[in-house]
Amino acid sequence: MPNLTIDGKKIEVPAGTTIIQAADKLGIDIPRYCYHPALPVAGNCRICMVEVEKQAKLQIACYTPVAEGMVVKTTSPKVLEARKTVLEFLLVNHPVDCPVCDQAGECKLQDYYMEHGQYDSRLADVKVKKEKKAFSIGPTVMLDQERCILCTRCVRFADNITKTSEFGVFDRGDHSQLDVYPGKQLDNKYSGNVVDICPVGALTDKDFRFKCRVWYLDKTNSICPGCSMGCNITVEWDKTRPHQHKKARVMRLKPRLNPDVNDYWMCDVGRYDYHFIDENRIQYPQLKDELISWGKAIGTLAQTIKPLQDAGRMDRIGIIASAKLTNEDLFVIRKLFKDTLKISQVDFRVGEKPGDSDNFLIKADKNPNTAGALAILGDSQPDAQAIIAKAKQGQIDLLYVFGHDLVKLFGKDTVEQIYKNVKLFVFQCSNINDTCGYAHLILPSSVYAEKEGTFTNCQQRVQRIWPAFFPLGDSKGDWEILSLLSEQLGAPIKYRGSQEVFKDIAGTMSAFSQMSYEKIADQGMVLKK
Amino acid sequence: MEKIITRHFGQENSHRLENYLKDKGYEAARKALTQMTPAQIIEEIKKSYLRGLGGAGFATGMKWGFIPKNNPKPKYLVVNGDEGEPGTFKDKYIFEQDPHALLEGIIITCYAIGSHKAYVYIRGEYLKSIQILQGAIDEAYKNEFLGKGIMGTSCDCDVVIHPGAGAYICGEETALLESLEGKKGFPRLKPPFPAVVGLFGCPTVINNVETLACVAPIILNGSEWFFKLGYANQGGNRIFCVSGHVNKPGIYELPAGITLREIIYEHAGGIPHGRKLKAVIPGGISAPVLTADEIDVKMDFDSLKSIGSMAGSGGIIVMDDTTDMVWAAMIAARFFAHESCGQCSPCREGSGWVYNNLKRIYHEIGRPHDLANLPGIVSNIGGNTICAFGDAVTMSVGSYVSKFRSEFENKIKERVCQI
Repeated sequence: MPNLTIDGKKIEVPAGTTIIQAADKLGIDIPRYCYHPALPVAGNCRICMVEVEKQAKLQIACYTPVAEGMVVKTTSPKVLEARKTVLEFLLVNHPVDCPVCDQAGECKLQDYYMEHGQYDSRLADVKVKKEKKAFSIGPTVMLDQERCILCTRCVRFADNITKTSEFGVFDRGDHSQLDVYPGKQLDNKYSGNVVDICPVGALTDKDFRFKCRVWYLDKTNSICPGCSMGCNITVEWDKTRPHQHKKARVMRLKPRLNPDVNDYWMCDVGRYDYHFIDENRIQYPQLKDELISWGKAIGTLAQTIKPLQDAGRMDRIGIIASAKLTNEDLFVIRKLFKDTLKISQVDFRVGEKPGDSDNFLIKADKNPNTAGALAILGDSQPDAQAIIAKAKQGQIDLLYVFGHDLVKLFGKDTVEQIYKNVKLFVFQCSNINDTCGYAHLILPSSVYAEKEGTFTNCQQRVQRIWPAFFPLGDSKGDWEILSLLSEQLGAPIKYRGSQEVFKDIAGTMSAFSQMSYEKIADQGMVLKK
Repeated sequence: MEKIITRHFGQENSHRLENYLKDKGYEAARKALTQMTPAQIIEEIKKSYLRGLGGAGFATGMKWGFIPKNNPKPKYLVVNGDEGEPGTFKDKYIFEQDPHALLEGIIITCYAIGSHKAYVYIRGEYLKSIQILQGAIDEAYKNEFLGKGIMGTSCDCDVVIHPGAGAYICGEETALLESLEGKKGFPRLKPPFPAVVGLFGCPTVINNVETLACVAPIILNGSEWFFKLGYANQGGNRIFCVSGHVNKPGIYELPAGITLREIIYEHAGGIPHGRKLKAVIPGGISAPVLTADEIDVKMDFDSLKSIGSMAGSGGIIVMDDTTDMVWAAMIAARFFAHESCGQCSPCREGSGWVYNNLKRIYHEIGRPHDLANLPGIVSNIGGNTICAFGDAVTMSVGSYVSKFRSEFENKIKERVCQI
């Protein structure tokens, strides 16, 4: 393995590594536009040029392989001058419309200009006018050809990652312009990623455009709850200016690097499915049509359970958990209902139809935590479908459902019969849906962006989610609600936080042993077989 | 002076096989295929000091020697006939006047590098060349000089013509390969060089038309004969294309060691109307311009390089004292701005910027800082790009500004033309 020195720091890397990869390992930041670690090297932007000892010309760090004894300088006067030069060229025909550009604040042209540019302008010419400014190239993405620096990251993404090849660079010289091929639209399942990889404001997201300046955004690491892949994401939100966006907190989701799961990418379905966090939420407990306090809600629930408990009729209780809940929620469900109350009818398998899938990131199972629910609740009988059937026939007095829209799953008639035949139909859910109208008691739960916990994805990888902000209204986390109930029932299950729940999980379940929040960190850990 | 490349030019039906066969036609190929090994041929070419006459002047034998011996992939010969360098019109005449000389060179080269297929990439505008070469190829197939089992040997060689689509950059060898593969003509990052990863990912030799036209005579007459015709490290003759302010513009096959003065005044008939020489571009528009004092230079690759210019493609553009050098520089810059492929940023943005700058100075609306900035902008392009096009912009445009600075200054200060 070749040894080399970059800016006086020594490193040993495998043969075939490029200078920029070695520098990244050392934490030395070489500016880049066209280079992206997940895409083939294009070598066209020329900003990553570095000085290699014994070589007359500057070399591009993204393409030059390391060699034994190589000495690289990334901050020599010659290199800094070259960066300045390349920036100057890139701005020759750039409109510099930063005040109206949505990329401002996360634009690499701005960033590198502040760091390496800062020259007096020598430009006196009319810029080349390009055709498409603020031009829609598909359902989700806008193109601005003037801002494009022709790094071809998006072209290579569409050619190599999605293999849909929508993009091309047309014409030549300084009239070159990026566009989609005639008759084509950027309309694939991963379109939104081109906005992430675009280093400038050429490709912007219709969903996010002009909604919020990026410097107002706070970022919280999370996991996409859209399917069992569990793509690593950041939830980007703003609470400082609620008047600007109708009180919505979440502004956008962005993929977060995890080489073992989603690499740099996420699908469009996951990316744009965040509006439910702020819209259509159930904010207060509700008994029939009346808004009530948590005390009364939990009291009502406990009053229904106690007589059944005293009569030893736990077979009259059915619990429909959900694979959308965190491992922590599911563990408390198991601990309270199965272990403490000895209820046998606890299951989460409602028989959802598989959704669409591909061989990249989209999985047919649209639940983020099926693997975790199986690990924690097991796959014993009766399953959730059987419990629903029993409830329909009036064999159940208390049906406690977590989140599932039963109307959508089993049809209106079934839910109407449940409403009639079950004494107390409890529906614990975060968002308003058709089933709410049939529930006797509605308990508002928080969404994933308000929760701390873990999901286990289809690769058996346990991954953490972090709370971005407090639950909306009076809603509470699922296990916290159960904790309140357990106190009312005189069998308190109390934790100071999700971390403590997880400690309990790790302590009692062998698949989770050796795990802790610290160890899982932001890249996840795989369940033990 | 002995003619090699142009020996059949001007003869009646010089492009026909029967004419070519009269003068030892295809005997070199027969000799190579029946009496010599590929290694012997490469050695012979190395000793002849034949250099790439497309413009780079790379040693041809050495280039052939780079083809890996143990690579199981097919090997290709690609003939670069995308003659787009302004001031150059020699390959066109070889195609039209003596296509069989090229084909014989192709056969020998293919045998030497182990290739069974040659692609001839011809500039798309050369319709007549394409027609005549295709006719010659058909004749050669009919007479078993091409195809399977050439001249009764076990050698196979197919030749395919591929017309370009009008981009200067496709004369750059890796852009040419991209174009040949059906892609946009963008130069490739190097290494790997085409000898290792070339056309369709296979080892490939890319030679200029004129270079290949020299191969058969070398095999027939020996490397020593060829080397002696040349000068210093360059064997043989080359074709000089003389255009501009001379009495007899045209192509002249002359030894590499001739001086520019001899070409202009003895062969091309001097400057018309008794005017004085002002400047000469010695090797196509990419070559830095020479002043009238510099024309005693010998025209081989190394001599021209030593005075900071280049022999390039042999396109000599002569300018007399009526030429406005700001205009000449602007025309060169316009060409580069128009032909930059747009792949890498310094050349894409820089070539247009330089042109705009010169346009302002030429139209007498330039300001002092336009001239002050120009050398800096120009030199920032070269050395920072994927291919040599950027270097050409730097060297070519830069030379006008440095050698004729007073004319530029005058345009700005007096806002009038000196001429």
